[in-house]
Amino acid sequence: MRAADALMEALKAEGVEVVFGLPGGANLPTYDALYDAGIRHILVRHEAGGGHAAEGYAKATGRVGVALATSGPGATNLVTPICDAMMDSVPTVFITGQVRTELIGTDGFQEADIGGITLPIVKHSFMVQDPREIPQAVHEAFHLARSGRPGPVLVDIPQDLSRADIEYEPATDVSLPGYQPTTEGNQKQIRLAAKAMANARRPVLYGGGGIVNADAGPEFVELATSDRFPVTLTVMGLGAFPAPHEQWLGMLGMHGTRAANYAMDEADLIVAIGARFDDRITGKLSEFAPRAKFIHIDVDPAEISKNVPAHIPIVGDAKNILPRLLAEYRALETDDSRLEDWWSRIEGWRRQYPLGYEDSADSEIKPQYMVQALYEATGGDAIVTSDVGQHQMWTAQYFHFDRPRRWINSGGLGTMGFGLPAAMGAQIGCPDQLVCCIAGDGSVQMNMQELATCSEHGIPIKVFIMNNGYLGMVRQWQELFWDRRYSQVDMGKHPDFVKLAEAYGATGMRLEDKSQLVDGMKQALATDGPVLVDVRVTREENTYPMIPAGQAARDMVG
Amino acid sequence: MTVVGEPGTKELLSLEDLDAVSGHRTGRKHVLSILVENKPGVLTRIAGLFARRGFNIDTLAVGPTDDDAVSRVTLTVDGAKHPIDQVTKQLHKLVNVLKIRDLEPEESVARELALFKIACDGGTRGEVMQIAGIFRAHVVDVGRRSIVVEVTGPDDKIEAFEALVRPFGLVEMVRTGEIAISRGRGET
Repeated sequence: MRAADALMEALKAEGVEVVFGLPGGANLPTYDALYDAGIRHILVRHEAGGGHAAEGYAKATGRVGVALATSGPGATNLVTPICDAMMDSVPTVFITGQVRTELIGTDGFQEADIGGITLPIVKHSFMVQDPREIPQAVHEAFHLARSGRPGPVLVDIPQDLSRADIEYEPATDVSLPGYQPTTEGNQKQIRLAAKAMANARRPVLYGGGGIVNADAGPEFVELATSDRFPVTLTVMGLGAFPAPHEQWLGMLGMHGTRAANYAMDEADLIVAIGARFDDRITGKLSEFAPRAKFIHIDVDPAEISKNVPAHIPIVGDAKNILPRLLAEYRALETDDSRLEDWWSRIEGWRRQYPLGYEDSADSEIKPQYMVQALYEATGGDAIVTSDVGQHQMWTAQYFHFDRPRRWINSGGLGTMGFGLPAAMGAQIGCPDQLVCCIAGDGSVQMNMQELATCSEHGIPIKVFIMNNGYLGMVRQWQELFWDRRYSQVDMGKHPDFVKLAEAYGATGMRLEDKSQLVDGMKQALATDGPVLVDVRVTREENTYPMIPAGQAARDMVG
Repeated sequence: MTVVGEPGTKELLSLEDLDAVSGHRTGRKHVLSILVENKPGVLTRIAGLFARRGFNIDTLAVGPTDDDAVSRVTLTVDGAKHPIDQVTKQLHKLVNVLKIRDLEPEESVARELALFKIACDGGTRGEVMQIAGIFRAHVVDVGRRSIVVEVTGPDDKIEAFEALVRPFGLVEMVRTGEIAISRGRGET
C-alpha cells in the first residue's frame, strides 16, 4: 500500500472524521490519498486558520484536532497554533509535508526544518525517516496528543516517503517506554488532602483548564458542593463550575473578581486542580496567598512546585482523583458550620465589590453590556470563542459559562486571531450547537480570511466584533502605566466590516444603538450561514478590576 | 517596586535585578545520568530543553550503553543557579528519555578525561613530567617545544593539575565532561 494511503488508514483507525488543511508540493501524495479516503477535509485559507480550527474542534469536542500543511511556509504558518496548543494543553496532531529526503539539508525549495523550529513547543514530534514508520508514528502521535497532559504532536513526512510502497497492518498499540504518565494519584496523598480540607477554616478550590481537559467537570462540582467550598476558576477553567451558583466567586487573577482574589489572599488552604499558578493568577509571587497551604492536583508532575511550592502534591488525572478525594472527604464527616465565618467574610467582599461598570446614559454601547446582551440573546446556550485582549476578559467576566467546553479562548499564548478560526473548528465538531465568536476589531483582522472557508462550507458561526477602534488592552496599559502615550494602538481607518462580510459571502450587520442591541443580536443568530456583526462600543473603556502586573491581590484597582 | 520583565513597569531595570530572580537552589553541582532512546534528534531535544528553560549545561558526555537501542547522556548542572527538581521533571517529559538519575556524590564515582598541551623545553620538561607523575597522568606526546599529558579523574583533580601546569604555558586543554556510575551492585 502507498504510504500516503496507509497514513489515511491510520488516521481513520484513530477515529479522525475531519481535518483542516491546505495542500502544497510536499504534501501532494497526502492530498492524493485524501481525495477518496472518506475523511472530511476543510480547505482553509491560511494554515494558521487551519491550526486554530483544529484547536477549536479539539477544545469543543475533547477529540484530537488535526491540521495538515505542506513544507516550508505551510509548516511555519502552523507555528503559532502549535505553540498555542502547547500552552493550553490542546490535543492536536499536525501533519506536515517535507521536501524529499535527498533535498533535506540543502535549502531546497520550500524546505524548512519544522521539526527543529517547533522543538520547544511540541509535546513530541516525529521526523519520519522511513516510510514504514508512518502508521506507527501516527498512532503514537495520537496517543501522546490525548493522554496525560494533552498537547500538540508534529508528524513531518518527506514527500518521497509518502509515495513508498509499504506493508500496512492496522495496529493501534503503541510502545513508548519513556512515556508513562501518572494518572492514578497516590491514595495516601489523597487521604492527606481530604484531612487538610476537613481542617481548613478558609479553604478555596482553585480550578483550571486541566479539569476541562480531564472531562472532570461533574466530579469537580460534586466535590465542591459536598461542602460549601468557595470555588474560583482560571480563564481556562471557566465552565467547569456553573457560573450562577452561590459558591461561585468568579474568575480569579489579573481581571478576576475581588471576591475570588481576596479569598485566595486570605485562604488558609488552596486546593489547586488542573491549574498551574500562572503569573496572571499569582501576581507578585512572593505575596501570593501568604497564609495558605497548597494542595496541588495535576497530571503533569513538572507543574507541581514549579511556581508555588505544594504542601500536598498529587500527580494524576482529575477524573480519577476527585471522586476518591470526595469519598475520603465524606468519610471524615465534617461540620460545615466551620465555614460560616469564612463565608460571611466572602459575602462582605461580594456585596462591597460586585463586578460592574458605569452604563452609558445614551445609546452608546458599553463593551461589558455587549457581552451581557449576547448572553441574553443566546440565553447563555452557546459555545463562545474569543481572541485576546479586553473583549476576552469582559467575556470571561460577563458571559456566565455553566458547562465545560463552552468557552474557547487562547489563555496561555494569548493569540490574536484565534477566535474566528477556533469558532469554525468548534462548529464543525458541534454542528448542532450555536457557536459565537466575540472578537476584537484588531484581532479579527488577523484571521479574517477564514470567513471565506465558513461561507464555502456553510459553517454558520456568528462573529461579533467588539469594535472600539483600538488595540484596547494595549491602550489600557499605555493609559494606566505609560502616561497615556498612545503609541500605535489606534486602528485608524477600519475596513467596512459589513461590506467585507458580504464580499466573503457571509452576512454583515452593524449594531450601534444600545436599545437595539439584543434584538439585533437575535436577528444575527437567526440568520442562516456565517454572520459578521460590527458592534460599535465605547472607545476608551478599561477592563476592571485589575491586579496591576507584578503586584499582589490586595493591590487590585478599579 | 520593580518586577523583572513585566510590561507594566516602565522603570529601567538594573542588571542586579535581572540576576536576582530566584527559585529552589541546592547550591551544589549535580551529575545527571540519563538513559535515552537512541533515536535521531534526542540530544537536540535535551539541549533545546535546557536552552528554552534557561538552564545551563556545564559538561555533557554522550555514549552508547550495553544496549544498542539506548544511549547514556551524563551532564552536570550547577544547582546554585538552577532548580534541579524542575530540570529533572522537565527532562522526564521528553518522550525519548527513559530514566534519569541525579547521582549523589557519596554514592557514585565520577571521572573525566582531559588532554593538556603544555609548552616546555629541555629545561622545564622534567618538571612537567614530575607533576604528571604525581597525578598518575600519562604523557602521550612529546615534541621539542611541547608535551601532551592525559589526566583522568574527578573534576577537582583535573582543575588542580591545570593550576599547576598553567605557569609553564598552557597551549590548550581538551576535557570530555564527566561521566559517572553508581557505587555498589545496583544499576545506575
